[in-house]
Amino acid sequence: MTTLSPTALAPARSTRSRRRATGQAVRYLVLAVGAVIMLLPFAYMLSTSFKSQAYVLTLPPQFIPHPATVSNYTGAWSSHDFARYFVNSLIVAACTTVLSLLLSSMMAYAFARFAFPGRELLYKTLLLGLMIPAMMLIIPQFVLAKYLGLLDSLAGLVVFYVGGSLPLNTFLLRGFFAAIPKELEQAMTVDGAGAWTRYRRLILPLAKPALATATIFTFLASWDEFAWSLTIINTPSKQTLPLAIALFQGENSTLWGLVFAASVIAVVPVIVVFLLFQRYFVQGLTAGAVKG
Amino acid sequence: MMTAQNAAASSNAATSEPADARLVAPADAGAAGPPPRPRGTNRAPLWRRTASSRTALLFLAPGFLLFLGLIVYPMVRAFQMSFYDWNIVAGSVSRFTGFANYTRAFHDPVFWRAAANSGVYMAFTVPPQIVLGFLVATLLNNKAPGRALFRVLFYLPVVTSWVVVSLLFQYLFADSGLVNWMLHDVTHVTSQPTSWLAGRWTGMVAVSALGVWKGVGWSMVIFLAALQGVSKELLEAAEMDGAGAWHRFRAVTLPAVRPALLFVTVMLVIGGFNVFTSVLLMTGGGPADSTQVLLTYMYQQAFKNLDFGYGSSIAVLLTLFVFVLSVVQLRVFRGDAEEAA
Repeated sequence: MTTLSPTALAPARSTRSRRRATGQAVRYLVLAVGAVIMLLPFAYMLSTSFKSQAYVLTLPPQFIPHPATVSNYTGAWSSHDFARYFVNSLIVAACTTVLSLLLSSMMAYAFARFAFPGRELLYKTLLLGLMIPAMMLIIPQFVLAKYLGLLDSLAGLVVFYVGGSLPLNTFLLRGFFAAIPKELEQAMTVDGAGAWTRYRRLILPLAKPALATATIFTFLASWDEFAWSLTIINTPSKQTLPLAIALFQGENSTLWGLVFAASVIAVVPVIVVFLLFQRYFVQGLTAGAVKG
Repeated sequence: MMTAQNAAASSNAATSEPADARLVAPADAGAAGPPPRPRGTNRAPLWRRTASSRTALLFLAPGFLLFLGLIVYPMVRAFQMSFYDWNIVAGSVSRFTGFANYTRAFHDPVFWRAAANSGVYMAFTVPPQIVLGFLVATLLNNKAPGRALFRVLFYLPVVTSWVVVSLLFQYLFADSGLVNWMLHDVTHVTSQPTSWLAGRWTGMVAVSALGVWKGVGWSMVIFLAALQGVSKELLEAAEMDGAGAWHRFRAVTLPAVRPALLFVTVMLVIGGFNVFTSVLLMTGGGPADSTQVLLTYMYQQAFKNLDFGYGSSIAVLLTLFVFVLSVVQLRVFRGDAEEAA
């Protein structure tokens, strides 16, 4: 193996490899510039969250906060009640995710594994829900929520978040369920397992990757949702993080340090989840694209 | 003994074993004895089929009923409300006014400006997201070291909440913010600081800058996945035949990623019509309604002016527009696909 020196081939390829090297350098330069543009706003936000009020809009701007202070964080967390908004967001996102995953996986199982009259029609109706953006329905949904007594409550957030997330999750899970070999289910049926057992003991465990994708998407979507909570929540103690941050900024348009400390509190969990589970993000995103 | 158990099971079928219960104890087998075994060969499948339909419906019902109530019913309702002078206040009567809300939109200059601004936003955000997303995806496609890191960095804005990034960009585009400092104090591109959010066009530029920055990572991921499907053999063969980089791109890469390209375009156009949070938080549609887009205007009509009928008619018009546009795009896409096949 060691007898063939790589340098023996070098002369013939030298111009080509030099061009390759230049190409690589340009590639990384472009990528690095792009990455800086992507990161700079975040870095600046983080920096500002450690500045005291006097330094948030100075010229030239301060990139490294001096003097640095954590008072924005302590202030946001305790005196401005962001701990409560954090808990509210957590409750809403967790309840939404559990309910949505349960209902959509059951629907996906029915669509993937049973033949019943009207299946295609029902499925197409569900896909219609994928095409209608949430904002288009906000007015009649508000009227409906008012009629159901769901205004100004966390339950009102959860119920409508679940409804809105069902089409996408069912679509995502159905594709995955359909790819699970039918023979496994037939074997279980022969052993006397009913549909519920097959769904719970076979389909759900095998579909863990798809369930993970759906979980992450649903959780983050409800964690970040703004328009609906802005519309139905009035009581300050029932606000979720995005709503609280937006309203806080609206009332104190110059308290950028506090606003960004609260923003960092809201964003950090998202970034952690994203970094831990990135491959599921990609799976979820490309599921639609690959199908075409 | 078995039957008794099954009968009990069928009463709480939704929570335990619906299929089992249905299979063994069909509706007409209320009798105590075991259900008669089907004698004819073609009775069993029919039996099974109705039983399995019922099981399927049990799995389907909770989610689908919720979907009907929370999504489909409001769809119908939005359409209905758009024909009324709708009154949300308890006890008051809503008046049927036919097409009045639509003719009003037709003669409303702010509606047209909002529609134009939505178009401007799309023109400013859709092409850059496609081009830049594709560029980054191409640069990351080969197994270059650091690829995973760059992918994460470009995708970070996508997972960050719209509220946070909107406020962040409002701060960056403030009068004495980072953007003005860069353009005026450092590079002297502008002779004086720009009041970005105080004018229609500069405001739309700022909002669009956010849209592109936040969206590039998304199209990048889709394109990266699509580029995996480009045949390496074909590319190498083309290179052997002396095809230049551009030619290889045109002849091999582009046809392979065309479906992804059209998917991204459709989604971005729909997303462009859906711009709301960034405009609401960065400019509030102002000054003097000059940066309203369709959704912020709809929201203002409904929840500030409490004109639910007019708001609904704007929502319906927007839905129709988005729908027609996606159908047209899908037609084009299908035509392309057939041509390619």
